[in-house]
Amino acid sequence: MKVMLIAFAAIAVIAFGANYILGQAGFSSQDQAAAPSVRLDD
Amino acid sequence: MFRLALALLLSLTFATMSPAQEAAPAPDRSATGGAQTLEDIMARQRGEEVDNSFRSNALGDPDSAAGMANQLGTLGGSSDPELWRALRFGEANVTSTSRGPAATTLIQDGGMRWLLFRQGPLATYGSYLLGGTLVLLALFYLIRGRIRIDGEKTGRRIERFKAIERFGHWMLAGSFILLGITGLISLFGRKVLIPAFGHDAFSTVALASKWVHNNVSWAFMIALVMIFVMWVIHNLPDRTDINWLLKGGGIFSKGHPPAKKFNAGQKLIFWSVIVLGTSISVSGLSLLFPFEINMFAATFDKLNSFGISAALGLGELPTTLAPHEEMQLAQLWHAIVSFVLMAIIFAHIYIGSVGMEGAYDAMGSGEVEEQWAREHHSLWVDEVKAKEAAAPESATPAE
Repeated sequence: MKVMLIAFAAIAVIAFGANYILGQAGFSSQDQAAAPSVRLDD
Repeated sequence: MFRLALALLLSLTFATMSPAQEAAPAPDRSATGGAQTLEDIMARQRGEEVDNSFRSNALGDPDSAAGMANQLGTLGGSSDPELWRALRFGEANVTSTSRGPAATTLIQDGGMRWLLFRQGPLATYGSYLLGGTLVLLALFYLIRGRIRIDGEKTGRRIERFKAIERFGHWMLAGSFILLGITGLISLFGRKVLIPAFGHDAFSTVALASKWVHNNVSWAFMIALVMIFVMWVIHNLPDRTDINWLLKGGGIFSKGHPPAKKFNAGQKLIFWSVIVLGTSISVSGLSLLFPFEINMFAATFDKLNSFGISAALGLGELPTTLAPHEEMQLAQLWHAIVSFVLMAIIFAHIYIGSVGMEGAYDAMGSGEVEEQWAREHHSLWVDEVKAKEAAAPESATPAE
């Protein structure tokens, strides 16, 4: 039971980690598909 | 080997998708000067296959262009309709300043086929498959009931799975369930959830579900590798599997055929998870990094050259696909294989929980009742006992 909960926590850690790392590495759709002159954030 | 298996699975699936249709003899289009006739339009509206080559090949001829100074000379041998046809059939030479990988595909007509298949047969047969599996499992429970431990319980417990094995299993299981639910939300959003809950509510749900689906996928892939590495050695087929399968795993009879750590049924689950899970992962990666990983044109090329597509009556599969068509096919493949794996996993969850007494402990605490192990994995228990007898009691302190 404990191991199961640790595994579920690991899923969350990996998910947030993947999101952060891919975002930082420029893999967001915005970075991939739009030029810097496109202001999607504003 | 994997590619071949993938190709086979792929071709089997698509075999049901496009019924072979006979091309009609070329109709007379002299009345329209070669353009499409009313009969062409009516045929298309009746859902018949229309040979479009009279349009897709009518793209003008730059070599016969009028001189620049003449009337229409600036068009370079192609009229506007011919230019539009070139765009529509993917033959135009388009350049773009946009960085997007598919920016030069201005018209892509595969999208309609994809949409109709996704909302139609995929959603319909997918839900039949999942619903049917649940009904079958419920029937099985009603008929067979819970598979109990036949013999007297010993009270002794044997370690079946180490903590790291259970960690890998639960990471795979947890991520798969999350991916399954969020995948179904994405697939049934427009057809079911928006009509039921409205656009605003679904927007929030869809955003969250997309985030979860995209990011939890990594946990699934990591766990899939872990499970493969840890358990492949126990899941290689051997002679005991034939006996086990011939006796149907002992499901409807008294007593259970002998099995090692994993019986043939579990091996089937293992290989389903590995093969289908890998296929889902690859098509998922292709969708996660749009237009970067294109698998289908290459796969279709292999299917054509090995004669598999012809043998299945699919004819020559297209080997030139628009970037979007690659993504559409990847999405369909991703969903089809996921539906199959979900159905298999329903059965796995059933037998590992309510379906069999003592089975859950293997993944719960990692330790199983010895009598359960003797009934379901007799050869494995013998191995464990032999190892225990052979190993010196290293834990005993030296005197």
